[in-house]
Amino acid sequence: MLVDLLRSPGARVGASVAVATGLYGVSFGALAVASGLDLWQTCALSLVLFSGGSQFAFVGVVAGGGAGAAAASAAALLGVRNAVYGMQIAALLRPRGWRRLAAAHVTIDESLATSTGQVDPVEQRRGFWVAGVGVFVLWNLFTLVGALTGEALGDPRRWGLDGAAVAAFLGLLWPRLRTREAGAVAVACALATVLVVPVVPPGLPVIVAAVVAVGAGLLAARRAGAVPPGGAAGLEPDVTPDDATGGSGGGAADEPGHDASGRRERDDEGQEAR
Amino acid sequence: MSLWAWVAVACVVGYATKLLGHLVPSTWLDDPRVARIAGTLTIGLLASLTVANAVSTGQQLVLDARLGALVAAAVALWLRAPFLVVVVVGALAAAGLRMLGLP
Repeated sequence: MLVDLLRSPGARVGASVAVATGLYGVSFGALAVASGLDLWQTCALSLVLFSGGSQFAFVGVVAGGGAGAAAASAAALLGVRNAVYGMQIAALLRPRGWRRLAAAHVTIDESLATSTGQVDPVEQRRGFWVAGVGVFVLWNLFTLVGALTGEALGDPRRWGLDGAAVAAFLGLLWPRLRTREAGAVAVACALATVLVVPVVPPGLPVIVAAVVAVGAGLLAARRAGAVPPGGAAGLEPDVTPDDATGGSGGGAADEPGHDASGRRERDDEGQEAR
Repeated sequence: MSLWAWVAVACVVGYATKLLGHLVPSTWLDDPRVARIAGTLTIGLLASLTVANAVSTGQQLVLDARLGALVAAAVALWLRAPFLVVVVVGALAAAGLRMLGLP
């Protein structure tokens, strides 16, 4: 069984993804305590919310002086893509019983990318579970390390932790800007944010940007009627299982890219954005 | 409500969203709007959070060392640095610019 896993391409890709992603739990832990969350709140987010983008969004809004309601809303909205991932995993692996509840919890960018990067159904299953559970364990471990380090550092501004937060958000966004249309959505939402910051309470500009983003999504979907199937705009959070079987030879070299896309570039691994 | 309560809300909603995806029929994916909106929502929120954390303090727009962190992070990403390196570059840029006297 263990030998099987060691030789399994899905499990090996999953393990390398888990290490790369788990490590940057350090940055989440440090930023969370710098934004004013205590150690337990920080660990609770990594254990239960367990979705990097949503976790960074929560502490990002709190750090900017936003209310808890705005922080939770931003986290919830950024987690919407996980529902789409859930549909894909359910269709691909059909987990049943308690496994379904566990699979839902580890449905994140990395586990979906690892799974859909494999062709063989057995490897898809192994990749999903090794990446999902592996990221969960390491992400939580390194969140704790980061939170303890952050508490020891003291004044977050002196160490540039507010700059680290900006870098983290840009790092999560960057790999998703593969197309001109994705860039246009990003620019529109960034502009909307800057325009409304002076006039609405802290935390709400992010929600205004979400409304703009949904509008852009509806517009893109309408225009997609004229676009060939498969979504030339590149705005989908991910490929469907049918699309994903085309690109991969199932070898360990098929490192999943950051945002779980089958059309990812192969040479910039290690920036898995959750 | 306390911050703890909102942490709990975010946790419950986050898991419920994932579970919902596992429970709804996968034919929902046939509607292109579902995937499009989930995609643009992710991009738009991350862009907004990037800018909000770079140039806003409360309700004020402020240009300070964080803007330097944003530029430094963009350069690191352009050079294909891994995520953790990008975050460290952002911190170093902000801390360095403050040592030089920027707010």
